[in-house]
Amino acid sequence: MSDLQLLLAISLVMPLLSALAVLVFSNQENIRDICGPVGGLITFISAIFIASAIMDGKTVSITLWQIAPGIGFSFAVTPLGALFGLVASGLWILASIYTVGYMRGAKEKNQTRFAFYYAVAIHAAMAISYSGNLMMLFIFYEVLTFSTYPLVAHSQTKEARNAGRLYMGILVATSLLLFLPAIFWVWTVSGTLEFTKGGILPADFPPFLVSVMLAMFAFGIGKAALMPIHRWLPAAMVAPTPVSALLHAVAVVKAGVFSVLTITVYVKAGVFSVLTITVYIFGIDFLNTTGSAVWLAWLAAFSILASSIIAITKDDLKARLAYSTISQLSYIVLGAALATAAATEGAALHIVMHATAKITLFFCAGAIYVNAHIKKISELDGLGPKLPLIFIAFFLASLSIIGIPPMGGSWSKFLLMAGSVDAGMPLMLAVLAISSLLNVYYLLEPCARAFFKPAIKDVHVENHILTIIPPVVTAMISLSLFFTIDWVRPLTTLMVMP
Amino acid sequence: MLILDNIPALLVAIPLLASAVVSLLPSARIAWGFAFVTTLICLYMAFELVGIISSTQALSYAFGGWEPPWGIVFVLDSANVYLVLLVAFVSVIATLYAYTMLAREIAVEDLPKAYAVWLLAIASLFGLAMTGDAFNLFVFLEISALSSITLIALGAGQDRRALLAAYNYLIIGAIGATFYVIGVGYLYAATGSLNLIDITDRLNELGTNQAAITGLAFMLAGIMVKAGVFPVHIWLPAAYSYAPSAVSSLLAAVATKVAIYYFARLLFGIFIDITQLVDFFLLYILMPVSVLAIFYGTIAAIYQSDFKRLFALSSIAQIGYITFAFSLNSHSGISAGFIHIINHALIKGALFMAVGIFALGIGSRATMSSMQGVGRQMPITFAGFVLAGLALIGVPLTAGFISKLYLFKAIFETGNGFYVALIALSSVLSVLYLWKIFEVMWLKEPVQPLKIDKEPASAYLPVWLMVGVIMIFGVYSGEVISSGIGAANALIGAR
Amino acid sequence: MSINLIVLYWNYIIVIMLMMAGLYIIISNQNFIKKLVGLSIFQSSVFIFYISLGKVSGGTAPILTGIEDTVYSNPLPHVLILTAIVVGVATNALGLALVVRIQEAFKSIEEHKLLALKKEDGLKDIQIEDSKEDSAV
Repeated sequence: MSDLQLLLAISLVMPLLSALAVLVFSNQENIRDICGPVGGLITFISAIFIASAIMDGKTVSITLWQIAPGIGFSFAVTPLGALFGLVASGLWILASIYTVGYMRGAKEKNQTRFAFYYAVAIHAAMAISYSGNLMMLFIFYEVLTFSTYPLVAHSQTKEARNAGRLYMGILVATSLLLFLPAIFWVWTVSGTLEFTKGGILPADFPPFLVSVMLAMFAFGIGKAALMPIHRWLPAAMVAPTPVSALLHAVAVVKAGVFSVLTITVYVKAGVFSVLTITVYIFGIDFLNTTGSAVWLAWLAAFSILASSIIAITKDDLKARLAYSTISQLSYIVLGAALATAAATEGAALHIVMHATAKITLFFCAGAIYVNAHIKKISELDGLGPKLPLIFIAFFLASLSIIGIPPMGGSWSKFLLMAGSVDAGMPLMLAVLAISSLLNVYYLLEPCARAFFKPAIKDVHVENHILTIIPPVVTAMISLSLFFTIDWVRPLTTLMVMP
Repeated sequence: MLILDNIPALLVAIPLLASAVVSLLPSARIAWGFAFVTTLICLYMAFELVGIISSTQALSYAFGGWEPPWGIVFVLDSANVYLVLLVAFVSVIATLYAYTMLAREIAVEDLPKAYAVWLLAIASLFGLAMTGDAFNLFVFLEISALSSITLIALGAGQDRRALLAAYNYLIIGAIGATFYVIGVGYLYAATGSLNLIDITDRLNELGTNQAAITGLAFMLAGIMVKAGVFPVHIWLPAAYSYAPSAVSSLLAAVATKVAIYYFARLLFGIFIDITQLVDFFLLYILMPVSVLAIFYGTIAAIYQSDFKRLFALSSIAQIGYITFAFSLNSHSGISAGFIHIINHALIKGALFMAVGIFALGIGSRATMSSMQGVGRQMPITFAGFVLAGLALIGVPLTAGFISKLYLFKAIFETGNGFYVALIALSSVLSVLYLWKIFEVMWLKEPVQPLKIDKEPASAYLPVWLMVGVIMIFGVYSGEVISSGIGAANALIGAR
Repeated sequence: MSINLIVLYWNYIIVIMLMMAGLYIIISNQNFIKKLVGLSIFQSSVFIFYISLGKVSGGTAPILTGIEDTVYSNPLPHVLILTAIVVGVATNALGLALVVRIQEAFKSIEEHKLLALKKEDGLKDIQIEDSKEDSAV
């Protein structure tokens, strides 16, 4: 086994080992809680090595056996996969530190179970990024769905179980009804499911059928939260209102931590899948010449604007962030659908930028809750001076999402705009611009209220340090990504190079 | 050499003779031991047969040296040799399972006779799978029916409704078999022969013949009753539900499958040249009926609370998938059907065996309310049960996925999006009833202690053996896939 | 249908009548033993069908007479029927044994009563479940 293959194996197996370690050390809290961050660090380092090898033009793959003719149980690294692997493992480190602080603060029960399934979910995400063919992507996509069910239904109350059913119901239904048949279709038509630059569909495949197949993928990958398959996201993120204050704290904490998880890997895995499929199964040029993704671009545009408008109407901070996420995910789908080099690069970079920015925002929302017990935006007035670091981090992350330099998000937005011009759809520029304006409104409102409005009531503010450090760190990362863009740009360039 | 030359005959003769001996044995243990050794011998012989067929492609065994078309022959080719192996394997596992389970559900003094009938059933299934003579098939059909009825009626010790189920099966099965015989009569009148291969040749010469068409119609109707095809499946849910667990496992796994194999052979091997009839039947009769079977079985299962009945209804849906694959009238469709025959037999066998162990654990029938939390109380069996359930849904890395893969391949080749939607929708629905079961058995707290100290290893071992094979076939699927393609080749020629 | 056809094919018409009579008895009659009688009638119609198929016009019984140039009827259907008769006997015997057991278990062999008893058994199952749920809570 070559060094690169060893690294690939490590990055896949490490999360599982971490999960096992969590089980083994379930009674020794301190050791158990180190497993996540340590595992994350090791995985992240392997992901860095793999990414730099890919940037040098090397390839790496591991094939274990043949499932069926043309479908092997194999892992391989595409440039896009290398990028996502970095995102998933890097943010795992931060999210697991945050989770520990959070759950200890709320004296959570079943922390071991939560940490275990969390690690398994990360393993699934790594396997998705490094999947060698579409079938592997599907298999680990499902593993991700199933391993996160215990996290959604964690509190085991009736509401939690109902939320779990809705969540599983939508995701499993879409994947079995649309995603899997679409994969079978590709296999029947092409005889293979390998990710190949330029796509694997036969050149004479009728454009109408290409659109149908694309639709099956777009709606079948429920995690990408493309409208109308978006309802599960706010439902899973915003806690129901239970009876007692204690339960309230517990449920919200769970949801809070799960929101973080959702942002870091879950939805990103969804849009990563969509992007990978458009680039490596359909092929950018193929989509361009057949024009079969145009309808998807318009649907994504609609989704961007509609969810932004809904976000404005939400007073609950997490609900607003949830709809903002749906909007941002649709940016990535838009980039994939525009099917030009710039747009695809923009979409891929947006995975990175949005992940770091959104995780900051959710960290902040959780921190605001734990430290000040406030969930609603209308109650944020005057809180800024009491939690300065949090709101500054919130502000920076908002800038990144709006797309203003010197935040990392500006790069991805710029590339998406360039891509829409290349695709001959200048109207999309307007869509992106309007969406940025809407972002300004609904993202800066919390900061504005916090700093410029006088405090309504006297709020007792605690200072749990472990909830304040992570958002600051990720905000800094978001900022630095503007300057260090060339560390990751080579991967996206490789992806779109002919 | 003498043995090897006569394996086809021995596969029927040995269990038959053993059955006679076992019925006279005094002790239940010795009776079981004898039966088990017999099934092992049959398994060995089945492996030998597979080896022979892989080199010679076809084998014709003439009884008593009377050459066809005058004598009765057993014919083996790629279409049925794997079925024979399947029957042999399942009978070994089911007999192993019966050691614990049958003993707990039937009175001890009845056990030797029960094993005698058990061996009769197995012998008849081998005969059904191998015979190349139309009337001889009727004989084996009836032996199989009568022995199955007796085995089902043995469940009366636990629940007296088993008697009604057995009687129902007797009446409906006898009507079906008689229809089959009428069909054979018409065919004989048209062609003057009873040998399947000879009939095929003579039909080619005759062209479209009204008597032959009528004969085919009657024969198919009769076989459909035995195979449990909607809507003549009505005997099936009650029969599988009230029979002893070991019996349900054996019958659900292989009894209907053998009939379905013969169904395919009739349609594609023998009557294939009467194309307008076969095409018409497949498209306008079999396909709608299969779709109805799939949706009826799945939806009824979702609303069913008794586990055994639920899985019986699920079997009807799965048989619907197999006949749907056949109704696509293509090489891929036939391959997909045969692949699912093998995979489903293993899956259903494992599921029924696990349900039996659960029922044993709580001392009463397994239902949604009685099974609360039982998964936690019997984790080893439950783990096997879950894996078999995942295979039923068609999760990748299990054998069920390979079936789904090839079924979808066959459907996509027809280019009809409506079929894709139908089958995809039914897959989602089948997740529903399995999810319900999982929720009840694992996510809820147990409500009562188990009636047994711990899970009987001798009972969950067969379950795990089956599950093991299911997982192996999910990963190393090459053999199953090539058996399906080989079956299609044998029936309609290589593509 | 002309009188000619009836006269020519009277044996087939009897086959059809017996077949339908048998099926009708099975479906409509409530008594389980009588259903089995219906089944026998249905099966015997098939026997007559086969024998009719085997008749060669001008042929005599298929027993070798030693006289040259005799036309014999086809013996094969007769053989098949013997087998089928045996099968029918076995089926009947099993059916009747089942009826005896049903009588012992249910104290009735009338279909409507048995269905009612079966339903009662089913309801008892549900009641047991309900009581278990109650005790669980």
